[in-house]
Amino acid sequence: MPPGQYITPDFPVLSAGPTPHTPVQAWSFTLGGAVDEPVSWTWEEFIALPAETVTVDINCVTKWSKLGTTWTGVSVDTLLDAVQTEAEYLTAWSDGDYTTNLPLDDVRDGKAWVAYEYDGEPLEPEHGGPARLLVPHLYFWKSAKWVRGLTLTPDDEPGFWETHGYHNYGDPWLEQRYQGD
Amino acid sequence: MARAAIPGRLTWQLGRVVELVDETPRCKSLVLEPPDWRGHRAGQHVDVRLTAEDGYQAERSYSIASAPEDEQLVLTVERLEDGEVSPYLTDQLRPGDELELRGPIGGYFVWESSQGGPLLMIAGGSGVVPFRAMLRDWGAGAREVPARLLYSSRTLEDVIYRNEFERVAEKGADVQLTLTRQWPADWRGHRGRVDRDLLAEVAWPPHQRPLIYICGPTAFVEAVAEALVEAGHEPGRIKTERFGPTGT
Amino acid sequence: MEPLDGNAIAGPLFEHFGAEMTTTIGRCAHCGTRAQVAELVVYMRAPGTVVRCRHCGNVVMVLVQIRGELRVDSSAFRMEQAPGES
Repeated sequence: MPPGQYITPDFPVLSAGPTPHTPVQAWSFTLGGAVDEPVSWTWEEFIALPAETVTVDINCVTKWSKLGTTWTGVSVDTLLDAVQTEAEYLTAWSDGDYTTNLPLDDVRDGKAWVAYEYDGEPLEPEHGGPARLLVPHLYFWKSAKWVRGLTLTPDDEPGFWETHGYHNYGDPWLEQRYQGD
Repeated sequence: MARAAIPGRLTWQLGRVVELVDETPRCKSLVLEPPDWRGHRAGQHVDVRLTAEDGYQAERSYSIASAPEDEQLVLTVERLEDGEVSPYLTDQLRPGDELELRGPIGGYFVWESSQGGPLLMIAGGSGVVPFRAMLRDWGAGAREVPARLLYSSRTLEDVIYRNEFERVAEKGADVQLTLTRQWPADWRGHRGRVDRDLLAEVAWPPHQRPLIYICGPTAFVEAVAEALVEAGHEPGRIKTERFGPTGT
Repeated sequence: MEPLDGNAIAGPLFEHFGAEMTTTIGRCAHCGTRAQVAELVVYMRAPGTVVRCRHCGNVVMVLVQIRGELRVDSSAFRMEQAPGES
């Protein structure tokens, strides 16, 4: 386990605002920004994409960790195959105006998914459903709940928590919780 | 101790636990002696901080149940099933222990006789705690304005300060209870949730411009406030304080 | 958990501004609605505390504890009084 963390059997719900309840009929996922052609998927199109089920540990910056969580979703590699880009960064954005930033390399090569099932069941709104980003190798604030798209950017653009003092990258193994860590 | 607290530095201090008092199966009052306490206003709260061995800290706010006139500082804590802080306060604390706290805090949700009235207090569950302070303060003063408390509780067993409220009723305060889940067969108080009909029956009419304080869980506070505004009460005369989950 | 209101952050705001803040009036930078701090919507179960305008829901304040130090960003709550006045 990463330093400073403790294991919880629960699945704490942390929230910075009201829980969005986007119906899947109104949902879409968009890859845009510094790409040749932006691409959008409706919910039907999205769940028809090849999906994977993965079991990973998740680490929250507030110190709880949950081991062996199982998610089903679309690998971000599959999504990125639909666009051409020279961007090196991205901003994940969500319903409710949440954003978080990542280097593109950190969501490639089997490191990230857009997950719509948790533990074999549809992802509940309080845990980020209909779909959330899942980037288990970083602190869980990077796994944006209620994600609706990834905007690729030539430069790194700090997202919500990053702007308010949290670490820009967030590697739990180096305990990168806050700026300056 | 009757003077209003003067805002100044707000620093953490260690208050000694003098006594623990069982109020209801779920609620306990903590009688505390902070070394540096300069009095407070009815309605204010304190922040309590617990520090675990590994340095992890958890902070919660608790309304002050004692009146400015009282000799001792009293908080009343409701034990929440999966609470991080409350079970420690109700189950582990012993007289002689020290508790880290800061206060008094708050300038919005306060009442003093100089503010006038009529004074209408509406409590959901443990939201009644600040109103004990207000009613004790009201009772110790000239009682120039009428004071009325509408207190919603799940069962009679969960009603805090019942004897206390009987005493302040003898001084002329109007204390009305409504039980929402269960009531004795011979129950003479109200039954059911605080809704528009109950408010129409209990609240002074809008033209009397009561000062209204509502305290309890968020959903309770917002439903009551909305109903009062719809009934014609001025939003500016309504003050709200939302608590985290309570048993009601 | 349901959100609370500005009363819940009275202590941290006092710590930051050196004065009681719950009756301080300000305007939401997004929609212009005026409110006392006590009337704002407060979400405390997050990696920090997020405070929103009751009218439009946009963020007006963020409080974060970083290495034991409290940081308050209240730039989107345009206060009409100096801290301590009300």
